[in-house]
Amino acid sequence: MAGIEVTALHKRYPDGTVAVEHVDLSIGDGELFVMLGPSGCGKTTTLRAIAGLERQTTGDIRIGDTLVNDLPPAERDIAMVFQFYALYPHLRTRDNLAFPLRAEGLPKSEVQERVDEAARLMRLGPLLDRRPHRLSGGEQQRVALARALVRRPRAFLMDEPLTNLDAELRADMRTEIKHLQGELGTTMVYVTHDQVEAMSLGHRIAILNKGRVEQIGTPLEVYDRPASLFCAAFIGSPPMNLIEVEVADGKLRSQGGLVLTPPPNLPRDRRLVAGVRPEALEVTEPGAERSVPARVVSAEWLGDEIIYVVDYGGQREVRVRMPPTVRFAADAPVGLRHTGGPPPVYDVSTEELVA
Amino acid sequence: MAVSVDEAVATGPARDRTPSARRLGGRGRSVLEVVLLTVLAVVMLFPVLWMIETSIKENRDVYAIPAKFFNFTVTMDHFKDVFVAPGGGRSALSVAFLNSVLVAGVSTALATVLGVPAAWAYSRFSVKAKKDQLFFILSTRFMPPVVVVIPIFLMYRQVGLIDSKLGLILIYAAFNVPFTIWMMKGFVDEVPAEYEDAAMLDGYTRMQAFWRFTLPLLLPGIAATAVFALIFSWNEFVFAIFLTSSDGVRTAPPAIAGLIGGTTVDWGLVAAASLVFALPVLIFAYLVRKHLVAGVTLGAVRR
Ligand SMILES: Nc1ncnc2c1ncn2[C@@H]1O[C@H](COP(=O)(O)OP(=O)(O)OP(=O)(O)O)[C@@H](O)[C@H]1O
Ligand SMILES: [Mg+2]
Repeated sequence: MAGIEVTALHKRYPDGTVAVEHVDLSIGDGELFVMLGPSGCGKTTTLRAIAGLERQTTGDIRIGDTLVNDLPPAERDIAMVFQFYALYPHLRTRDNLAFPLRAEGLPKSEVQERVDEAARLMRLGPLLDRRPHRLSGGEQQRVALARALVRRPRAFLMDEPLTNLDAELRADMRTEIKHLQGELGTTMVYVTHDQVEAMSLGHRIAILNKGRVEQIGTPLEVYDRPASLFCAAFIGSPPMNLIEVEVADGKLRSQGGLVLTPPPNLPRDRRLVAGVRPEALEVTEPGAERSVPARVVSAEWLGDEIIYVVDYGGQREVRVRMPPTVRFAADAPVGLRHTGGPPPVYDVSTEELVA
Repeated sequence: MAVSVDEAVATGPARDRTPSARRLGGRGRSVLEVVLLTVLAVVMLFPVLWMIETSIKENRDVYAIPAKFFNFTVTMDHFKDVFVAPGGGRSALSVAFLNSVLVAGVSTALATVLGVPAAWAYSRFSVKAKKDQLFFILSTRFMPPVVVVIPIFLMYRQVGLIDSKLGLILIYAAFNVPFTIWMMKGFVDEVPAEYEDAAMLDGYTRMQAFWRFTLPLLLPGIAATAVFALIFSWNEFVFAIFLTSSDGVRTAPPAIAGLIGGTTVDWGLVAAASLVFALPVLIFAYLVRKHLVAGVTLGAVRR
């Protein structure tokens, strides 16, 4: 087992595409580290560089204490699970699992032992004698995971391993992967563009955008204080309301009259935007205390909650998350107020968190 | 091997379609279909049937007017003449057949050995000006062979390849390599690169990954491609007749053509020789027909 250290990674493909602009990552030993970002932001490329399947243009990669820049994938002692599981189609499950071990030249008895252990961990018993084409997507997925396990590598790399599964199975597998990683204590780098997956799995999350790291933090940090406007708009469903504000009388005020608690150390003379989570706002009866007059534009009933789109002060729409017991009709006049603590505040021109 | 090969090229969708398409028309339509197809088959196959008949007729029956369709004496003499010289010993035709087997087989093997790895490389790696290179490779097949036969003839005479089997093998391989690269590239593209990635992470080198994982999945494609290459080499006539002259080197097509042109033509022998010549390719194509279909339906394969 080992940590992974990525320094100033830059990758330019021969056709001129810059897939990774500049990435620094410091992944701890035994950590479940998630890379999250929109399609095409360079997640796969970064992961493949760590695996050695792609040679970075510049930058260093260390696994444990070893500088692996010039090591072929085979010598990096890591296992990777692909979005397309890449089980060898001509081999039965049993042989698919045994393959990496036979490549290492382990004795037969040991191979057998490890295959059985991995099969038990991933509950593959009845599937051992089937070929991949006779396995369902979820089963193939489990075999792919088991194949990564048998090697007992220094780290796991996962490239969107659950994308091809349906929602329910995905949730199950998510739990399973998290549990397994905890059990084995092996470093894992997990790539996804699904924020729910990232939130529920990661010890820490790196948010990537256009080949750069926008933020690294625990799921809570990333959710509470997104480091940039990009992160603010990316994390959360629905995402943060980005409200233009001014500092006046020691308060944050938006046009339309909404007042927010200000964070300390606000810079002056800059155009600012506050990021307000939908659950930090509240729809009230019109004229309630500290509320501004507003109007319900639409309501989305999700069963366990209602997302209201509310217009206050004309043409300023915000999303508000409310429990399903509080009901307002569309177009009804209502009040809107801020209930949370100080929101993160961003500079409009640099798009970065300032307070 | 055959099993894994079939699985790799799962022709699921095509298989699903056939029964429902058959059910569409009623019995009336199927009768009409059968009649029309039979007529078409007779028209198309008549020359072949006539060739078969001619090969087993006495020579006087061949020239009979009106033509004898059924009531002739069957003889196998022509087939014997194909293989055995009139005075005993090997006939020139049988030598030509052996030459054909050798030239077609070796040139196909050569083209496959050169073309498959090239196709893999073009599919997997980023190569400078890849499109231009591939176009250049394809462009060598734009012109008909007869265009280059004179320059090749002069070249071969200079380097001493004229009237040699090696010369024919080289020129056929040269013509089959571009074809092999293009056809095989399609097959390689269909095999996900992740197999090799996974194998490399499992401890294999890139070459081992190609050899142990990609290559077995490519076998149906290789079979299809090789059959096409083999058919080209087997049937090739222009180069064969220009570049070879002696009986010991000649392949079957010019040798059979050489039977026609004397004062009398032994049509029975021509027909028998042609049949013997056509048979191997037919049998071979029949054996690998599944893979030939895979080659033709390239791209319909689901990942
Ligand atoms: N082999 C390649 N040659 C050229 N450009 C490439 C290659 N592979 C990826 N790219 C480009 O590099 C950029 C990053 O690709 P990458 O696959 O790393 O994105 P990703 O974050 O994994 O996206 P996704 O979520 O869609 O998988 C994309 O713009 C992509 O088009
Ligand atoms: Mg990707």
